[in-house]
Amino acid sequence: MNIILIAILALGGIGVVSAIILYFVASKFKVYEDPKIDEVEEILPSANCGGCGFPGCRAFAEATVKKAKEEKNLDGLFCPVGGNDVMQKVGETLDLEIEAKDPMIAVIRCNGSHANSPGKVQYEGVSSCSFAHALYTGEGGCQFGCLGLGDCVDACEFDAIHMSDETGLPVVNNKCTACGACVEACPRDIIELRKKGPKEKRIFVSCVNKEKGAVAIKNCSVACIGCGKCEKVCNFDAITITSFLSYIDFEKCVLCRKCVEVCPTNSIWEVNFKPRKPKAEKAPKKEVAEAKPIDLSKGKAAVNSKDDNNDSGADRK
Amino acid sequence: MNRFTVSGSPHVHGEYSTPKIMYGVVIAMIPAMLVSVWFFGLEAVRVLVLAAAASLFFEWVIQKYLIKGPITITDGSALVTGILLAFNVPSNLPSWMVIIGALVAIGMAKMSFGGLGKNIFNPALVARVFLLISFPVQMTSWPKPHAISQGLADVITGPTPLGIVKEGLGAGKTMSQLKPELPNYMQDLVGQMGGSMGEVSAIALLLGGIYMLWKKIITWHIPVAVLATVVIFTGILWGFNPESYADPVFNLITGGLMLGAIFMATDMVTSPMTHGGQLLFGFGVGLITVLIRVWGAYPEGVSFAILLMNAVVPLINRGFKPKRFGANPGVKIEA
Amino acid sequence: MGLLKTFKLGGVHPSENKLSAQVPIEALPIPKKAFVSLGQNLGAPSKPIVKRGDEVKVGQLIAMAGGFIGANIHSPVSGKVFKIDVVLDSSGFRRPAIIINVDGDEWMENIDRTNDIVREIKASPEEIINKVKDAGIVGMGGATFPTQVKLTPPPGKTADTLIINGVECEPYLTADHRVMLERGEELLIGTEILMKALKVTKGFIGIENNKPDAIAHLSMLAKDFKGIEIVPLKVKYPQGGEKQLIKAVVNREVPSGKLPIEVGCVVQNVGTTLAVYEAVQKNKPLFERVVTVTGKGVSKPSNFLVRTGTPISELIEAAGGVPDNTGKVIGGGPMMGKSLLSIDAPVVKGTSGILLMRMDESHRKPEQSCIRCSKCTYVCPMGLEPYLLSRVSKLGNYEMAEKERIMDCIECGSCQYTCPAAIPLLDYLRLGKNKTGQLIRSRNKK
Repeated sequence: MNIILIAILALGGIGVVSAIILYFVASKFKVYEDPKIDEVEEILPSANCGGCGFPGCRAFAEATVKKAKEEKNLDGLFCPVGGNDVMQKVGETLDLEIEAKDPMIAVIRCNGSHANSPGKVQYEGVSSCSFAHALYTGEGGCQFGCLGLGDCVDACEFDAIHMSDETGLPVVNNKCTACGACVEACPRDIIELRKKGPKEKRIFVSCVNKEKGAVAIKNCSVACIGCGKCEKVCNFDAITITSFLSYIDFEKCVLCRKCVEVCPTNSIWEVNFKPRKPKAEKAPKKEVAEAKPIDLSKGKAAVNSKDDNNDSGADRK
Repeated sequence: MNRFTVSGSPHVHGEYSTPKIMYGVVIAMIPAMLVSVWFFGLEAVRVLVLAAAASLFFEWVIQKYLIKGPITITDGSALVTGILLAFNVPSNLPSWMVIIGALVAIGMAKMSFGGLGKNIFNPALVARVFLLISFPVQMTSWPKPHAISQGLADVITGPTPLGIVKEGLGAGKTMSQLKPELPNYMQDLVGQMGGSMGEVSAIALLLGGIYMLWKKIITWHIPVAVLATVVIFTGILWGFNPESYADPVFNLITGGLMLGAIFMATDMVTSPMTHGGQLLFGFGVGLITVLIRVWGAYPEGVSFAILLMNAVVPLINRGFKPKRFGANPGVKIEA
Repeated sequence: MGLLKTFKLGGVHPSENKLSAQVPIEALPIPKKAFVSLGQNLGAPSKPIVKRGDEVKVGQLIAMAGGFIGANIHSPVSGKVFKIDVVLDSSGFRRPAIIINVDGDEWMENIDRTNDIVREIKASPEEIINKVKDAGIVGMGGATFPTQVKLTPPPGKTADTLIINGVECEPYLTADHRVMLERGEELLIGTEILMKALKVTKGFIGIENNKPDAIAHLSMLAKDFKGIEIVPLKVKYPQGGEKQLIKAVVNREVPSGKLPIEVGCVVQNVGTTLAVYEAVQKNKPLFERVVTVTGKGVSKPSNFLVRTGTPISELIEAAGGVPDNTGKVIGGGPMMGKSLLSIDAPVVKGTSGILLMRMDESHRKPEQSCIRCSKCTYVCPMGLEPYLLSRVSKLGNYEMAEKERIMDCIECGSCQYTCPAAIPLLDYLRLGKNKTGQLIRSRNKK
């Protein structure tokens, strides 16, 4: 009996003393944290992807609360995963007006599939684009094109990008949050974040080859040859050509699809448009467009244009 | 013209391959297998075949139906595990226990970690210890060796030399009183003593070790460190009091020490990566073996020693780095 | 010969396969068209100074060094500049190049084309370095580092030893071996010139013991040369690596991340030394070199004296053509060479050999699990742990890779060569080195 009593008293005593110590230590070393940070963090998607530029959602929440307090705005802070909805809610929590941003999506600007850019050599080695990029040009011979080893797939936290066995190219699906991880991962800068577009309609140049048209087309039947037809036909100044490569500015593009029609190599892609009426003989392209006869003499027509934009590319089946 | 292959250098590959190494180990175990068959007869064949077949079977089943990965039973690693398991049990062990041992070795100690190369503990030893603890009676009733030429007489069981020593010393006898009960050194070397199937013949095991050294399957560091540590420590104790401690040579050639030092501790997967680390590992195995043999409850401690040291291998790997080129160049430029 | 010198740490011994060791050097006919790449050296690409339609002579300067670490380029042929365009290099990338239509073989008048050996070195050290610079000489072992930069130790550092690399530890290659046998005296004079330029009194020529004829020949000749010693070395790959060679010959260890000059050594390749001799004594800039064309399927393994800019396909043609079952073509040796995308790429200053691998040799074994045998650690000549580095590289932990000294890797390939599980260790190490280098650079920028 006595033993039990002693045991209870001893253990209980230790517990009480520890509790007192803990209490004082906790109050002494208490760090004040704005409760808003927790509230904001609650709203965020907890993906911890780093797409906002901060190491995790907590850091982003801290940054928003700090900025809201000091500058009364959230300019430059955006959670690409949560998108506008989440940012609106964050704004409400912090009593700020948030401007809606256009939703973005990753777009793959290369169409050098097995069919369009047949392999000339056979690669053997680790499945890493970064390594292959340093080793050689790529099986198809295009030194700008997709290497098809899936660094972007590995980088994606959202299961939004997959390699297609048929084409050997990555395909982006609707889970894409435009966090930009794949853009970073791609050693060839093929992937670009572009506006998702109304009803997900997008037009872009699915090529990043900066070589002369004759050289580019040798390796890939759907390469942009920099002929300049698209630039000429565009009424909205949205298309520029630099180093034999066309680029469509998605801020200016109104999705009129004129450039798609004139492109001799089918390197401009339109996605999620309705099929054209029969007269416009071109069917909406999915991944492989049969190469039209290419008239290179015309292709040399217009080249020069400044502006240092890159290119554009495509995805989506 | 065919498509050329493009890959990073180097474009040639050396002679080594995993199956080559594994089958090299199997070849190295042949002398010990022959000795065990010689002394323990068909029973030994039964245990060997059963353990090897069961190990291969379990590896195949697990790879095919659980992991659903590539089947790699032909690389020889499961065969090595199976034979080592057989080496670690008495030749009269019931068949179903051998099969359980194989399941534990392959299923629990190897595949549950992810397969070849990923296990922390030596699979055959895990199985041995599992069997030893689960079925202590069967695992420690050693058939007396008798050469196969003497006919298939009824199996008589008896203790191992280490068991005799442990029990005798525990009962207050001295070493010189125990001497008549023990086999002589020649019998120890050849293998005419009680014990697990593969561990009895020091000479056969040494032959295998030399073969593996010659084929560069193992390096000398671990076996030498283990054996040297055991000799030194038991030597100190024996010099201290020859009556209450067994002499170093006896310790060296009896029990599972040779088997452990040459075949089990040198298992690539579960031993350290650098020579320095291997020496420390071997020292640890030797030390723990002596501690268990002299002061522990079991007469034999090699398997526990190796398993315990297996557990600290990741730490050893962290602490022991190879000598880096150019780290301490000791530049001396003569004018 | 007693115990031969070698380096201590690691090393492997691949099958030597020196098929063309007994084949004398043969001058290859001049090509019809020369594709002179402007990126033939490590560092800045060269700038062309000729234009379309210009007449050029053999040995005429056609491109200037593009920077401090750069090299001049001289026309290897005479004829008319066809155009300045891009050509595919051996990795398939397009590089700017001068394409010359060959017409005859007219050399610059100041080049001494006789076979006389000029023994007396008249030039002063400064003149030597200038001549080497003008002649566009680069390290011809494959690294193509401009030689004049190596001959000019940075301020505060002095050299006391010159080591000529006659190791040729790569299997198959025999170009240096043949040069040592056939141009021995010129090579020794070249060594003397380099010693004079560096103001050192000791010169060593390290040769692996699998070339006893070269060792004997040079040892005999070296009696007439003061301060030059022939050092026979045990056969072990990668002894031709600068750091390993210095360790083997003079037993000095280059500190991690530093250059050989740190321990007072300068290493030059045999081919480079010969080029230096020709540049200083004969006024002949670097526009031709010896290239080994070899392989188990090649009908006539050969050593050719080739003008740079010659398409590799012509070399292979001269050696009996591309065998039907060729699966891989390698520029350089099998341990460190690069696999070529196309045999139309031209020979450059750094091309030491062309190796054609048969189909059955050209594929890797399937990758298996690491069995932690630590053979990669044993053979690493830099004392690294390739198994660990490859794993952290795969997982993207480049901070740890840096701590484990991934940047010390010399990419010799010994680890991957020896790996029983056929893991592409060097692929991962290269990837890790690449990324770790980026990490370090971005940190230094901050």
